[in-house]
Amino acid sequence: MSNTLFDKVWDAHVVRKIDGGPDVLFIDRHLIHEVTSPVAFLGLKNRGIGVLYPERTFATADHNTPTINQHLPVQDPLSANQLKTLEENTKTYGIKNYWGLGDYKNGIVHVIGPEFGITQPGATIVCGDSHTSTHGAFGAIAFGIGTSEVEMVLSSQCIMQPKPKSMRITINGSLGKGVVPKDVALFIISKLTTSGATGYFVEYAGEVFENMSMEGRMTVCNLSIEMGARGGMIAPDQTTFDYVQGREFSPKGADWDRAMAYWKTLKTEPNAVFDKELVFDGAEIEPMITYGTNPGMGMGISHHIPDAEQVEGGVATYEKSLGYMGFNEGDAMIGKKIDYVFVGSCTNGRIEDFRAFASLVKGKHKANDVTVWLVPGSHVVEKQIREEGILDVLTEAGFTLRQPGCSACLAMNDDKVPAGKIAVSTSNRNFEGRQGPGARTLLASPLVAAAAAVTGVVTDPRTLLQ
Amino acid sequence: MAYDSFNKLTSRAVPLPIENVDTDQIIPARFLKATERVGFGDNLFRDWRYHPDNTPKADFVLNDPTYSGSILVGGKNFGSGSSREHAAWAIYDYGFRCVVSSFFADIFRGNCLNIGVLPVQVSAGFLEKIFAAIFADPHTELEINLPAQTITLLATGEQESFDINSYKKENMLNGFDDIDYLINIKSNIQEFAKTLPL
Repeated sequence: MSNTLFDKVWDAHVVRKIDGGPDVLFIDRHLIHEVTSPVAFLGLKNRGIGVLYPERTFATADHNTPTINQHLPVQDPLSANQLKTLEENTKTYGIKNYWGLGDYKNGIVHVIGPEFGITQPGATIVCGDSHTSTHGAFGAIAFGIGTSEVEMVLSSQCIMQPKPKSMRITINGSLGKGVVPKDVALFIISKLTTSGATGYFVEYAGEVFENMSMEGRMTVCNLSIEMGARGGMIAPDQTTFDYVQGREFSPKGADWDRAMAYWKTLKTEPNAVFDKELVFDGAEIEPMITYGTNPGMGMGISHHIPDAEQVEGGVATYEKSLGYMGFNEGDAMIGKKIDYVFVGSCTNGRIEDFRAFASLVKGKHKANDVTVWLVPGSHVVEKQIREEGILDVLTEAGFTLRQPGCSACLAMNDDKVPAGKIAVSTSNRNFEGRQGPGARTLLASPLVAAAAAVTGVVTDPRTLLQ
Repeated sequence: MAYDSFNKLTSRAVPLPIENVDTDQIIPARFLKATERVGFGDNLFRDWRYHPDNTPKADFVLNDPTYSGSILVGGKNFGSGSSREHAAWAIYDYGFRCVVSSFFADIFRGNCLNIGVLPVQVSAGFLEKIFAAIFADPHTELEINLPAQTITLLATGEQESFDINSYKKENMLNGFDDIDYLINIKSNIQEFAKTLPL
């Protein structure tokens, strides 16, 4: 009996079940980018096969693109080759939905999918990128896959997956001042650890998520992978439908009515049973910050770094992590000197994130010794930033805006934080070297990033908000 | 791409007793710019293995001639983070055919199975025994028996069973991959597509 949101969507896409093995799952929409697709296309070529449903694949270049001077040829020959390969592959295999560098529709794959209405409730969506979980915000089953699976989807529109276990995380109540969706996600991950939801697919429920914007829900679902979950999802509601309606790939006319009738059935029934249930109170959550080298090593910004004995896991691993960061057990995070601020990525590169950043820096000025990279997730976001007057606020406060892309989140392009430098980052991973070899990352919300950008030290944003 | 079949493997093992080894450590993002699957082994654990000037870090296990073998033994939650299959490719290309840990991240586990690296999950206690045995005698050997689904410390005969679903086991034993299967049911998939709710 399909009675959870997840079951309803999953079961509607099972082509067949294999005894003692995975389910063959039909994929409605496949997102691809330049980094994890070339070897998959090469596989098709070697097998002499084509793409089964080219209209179900959508391609953008984002991981490996520069965020300045995008009109000029890409300098790094390896990056340039990867971008060219994506363009050629989409042409060869009849994938018309290709938006390369310079195209208005180009941007981070998990930002543009929803913006153009490609992401819809009840759909199965995959991409060779672990943060595909973002799209779960719409009540879709969305998750990251490896390159072999990219090849499977291209060739058969299916992948083979064992059905994951189910977990529901309910947060009721309301969020305090200065607490935003990123904090909610970092709070959950800090409670569950980086592997606490491995093997599960998560449904987020409760007032905190019901009251969240689509942008906020995307931030939360995006970070599901950071607690090990394959994905996270939120039941579609009026907020979802209002967001989806009228976008380029959204259903229109009678198709819209038919879709709405179906989408309204996509919710967990009251009698549904989950393999695991967790409940938190929204009032418990503070602005969060991480202090270590995985996203589970986070805490309320006013707290001190815990002693090794207080945390789960081995002491040697914990000490290695703090050693990399240059921090000590018992240190306060507030007041720590920082060198870089990065606002962007598929986690926090949407309009709401720039609105939040601007709301805090308005009337203040960038700290002199801090380098700040503000990178919109897409051209649509960039346009909104200009049209809403946010760019004026940023310029006035001494900030500049870069061009869309994944940028310093994974530092595949030139946006690398130098070794030993500390970056407050709105992205998703604080792994060793993630933002550049030797770079030290503090994950936080756009508000915490803004507070750091204007003070040059880790600062509780609540002390600066009007 | 079909891969080498996997049946039994008896080998020394390389110990990496660190938890939460993420795929950014296994292969940093700046080495993901290739358009072919070649040479990833050179950059396996790049930043743990080499100094910024590309000289080897003597204290990293892959640079320590004491340890060798085609089995990598890692701490809990091995392979977390990015979905990059390049991590599994790097492990394979370096010469490992099996990774042993007490817990694997989902996507990494799936990627390994799809390219012919066998992930073997053991209990936390058995993992400790394996680490202790390797550190006591780096020549000690592990036997991985896929048909029997067992992992054995040959020095003491201590053994544990491991899980693998029967479909994937059959694939590993024969070097088949999922695409072979999916292409064979293409007409079923096309029929199914007509029945989707939207």
